[in-house]
Amino acid sequence: MGDLKVIGGGESGFFSTKLDALLGWARKFSLFQYPFVTACCGMEFMATAGPKYDIARFGAEAPRFSPRQSDLLWVVGTISQRQAPALRRIYEQMLEPKWVMSFGTCASCGGFYDNYATVPGIDKIIPVDVYIPGCPPRPEAVLDGLMLLMSKIAAGDKTPAILKNTALPEGSDEELEKLYQIRMKGKVPVMSEE
Amino acid sequence: MSKLLLDRLKAQFGDSVLETSNFRGDDVAVLDPKVWRAAAEFLRDDNRCGCDYFVDLSCVDYPDEDDTKGRFDVYLIVYSTHKKHRVRIKARVSEANPELDTVGDIYLGASWGEREVFDMFGVRFKGHPDLRRILMYEEFVGYPLRKDYPATKAQPLVEYRDNTHDKLGPFLADEGMPFNRAPVDPKNFAS
Repeated sequence: MGDLKVIGGGESGFFSTKLDALLGWARKFSLFQYPFVTACCGMEFMATAGPKYDIARFGAEAPRFSPRQSDLLWVVGTISQRQAPALRRIYEQMLEPKWVMSFGTCASCGGFYDNYATVPGIDKIIPVDVYIPGCPPRPEAVLDGLMLLMSKIAAGDKTPAILKNTALPEGSDEELEKLYQIRMKGKVPVMSEE
Repeated sequence: MSKLLLDRLKAQFGDSVLETSNFRGDDVAVLDPKVWRAAAEFLRDDNRCGCDYFVDLSCVDYPDEDDTKGRFDVYLIVYSTHKKHRVRIKARVSEANPELDTVGDIYLGASWGEREVFDMFGVRFKGHPDLRRILMYEEFVGYPLRKDYPATKAQPLVEYRDNTHDKLGPFLADEGMPFNRAPVDPKNFAS
């Protein structure tokens, strides 16, 4: 019998660390979403969910129209003061673990609606995990935000994150042209300098 | 356009038509609030007016106007779908006694317009069966489209979270969490 190691509240042992990693891995690929879509950002949300951008690749394609069955609350669009109690209630009805995605400028900070009727950012009402800026954000930005959230889930990180601009690919003209051709799989004619 | 509608209104209501004007084909008649309801009924039922289509009912606030004349201009636009003419009638309503007769039973669409005017300007419509706020919530104090209401003064229904636990936005430029992918290298793609 060796010394019995007591794991205190602040520490975690091998098993729980591995379990957290496993849970994080499982959770990040099975996000059941609740779309709270109120405004024009919904169009980009639909494009993201559609076949071209295909949010199903990330395991987040299943919308649940009951907050009790969902993990991820998408707040897509402007939230008015009159809607705020409903949003708060929906957030409270979701079960832990739960995450909130703030989609677009209006949800993140109120956007240009600096007036008596609009909530200046949903973080005044509910905690937000990832902010996606844009008016509205392109589907690529939304997918970036989703991948950022997935990495946060895997890491067990609950601090708010804001999506920053992704760097454009760098290189000479020939390299970029080659990259473009590879991405388009030869479906476009080669640009030549005639 | 034709002055027919204005002439009909003047012939019917005489001195109660306070002023008339025509701006680029849009006829406007300012009426005494006492004949507001009668004028709407006349425009709908008179054979030569025949205004069977409700276009809009709303209000304009002129805060510098003498309130004995009436600070708010409530206006009603109606149109005739077979005679193809349109007219706008206005009534001046004072802030001290913001009341006007309803026309919601004459033009059914005006019912919600009157609720909106009540919501935004506080003009009460006598005889309206269900005069409640339509856009704002019941707890809202004041009338937001009056020019003396501060435009940014919100009255939240949900208490805002305090920022002692989590950081609230907006973030500074160097804050947040960048999503750093490895720089794309064309050599990594097999051609």
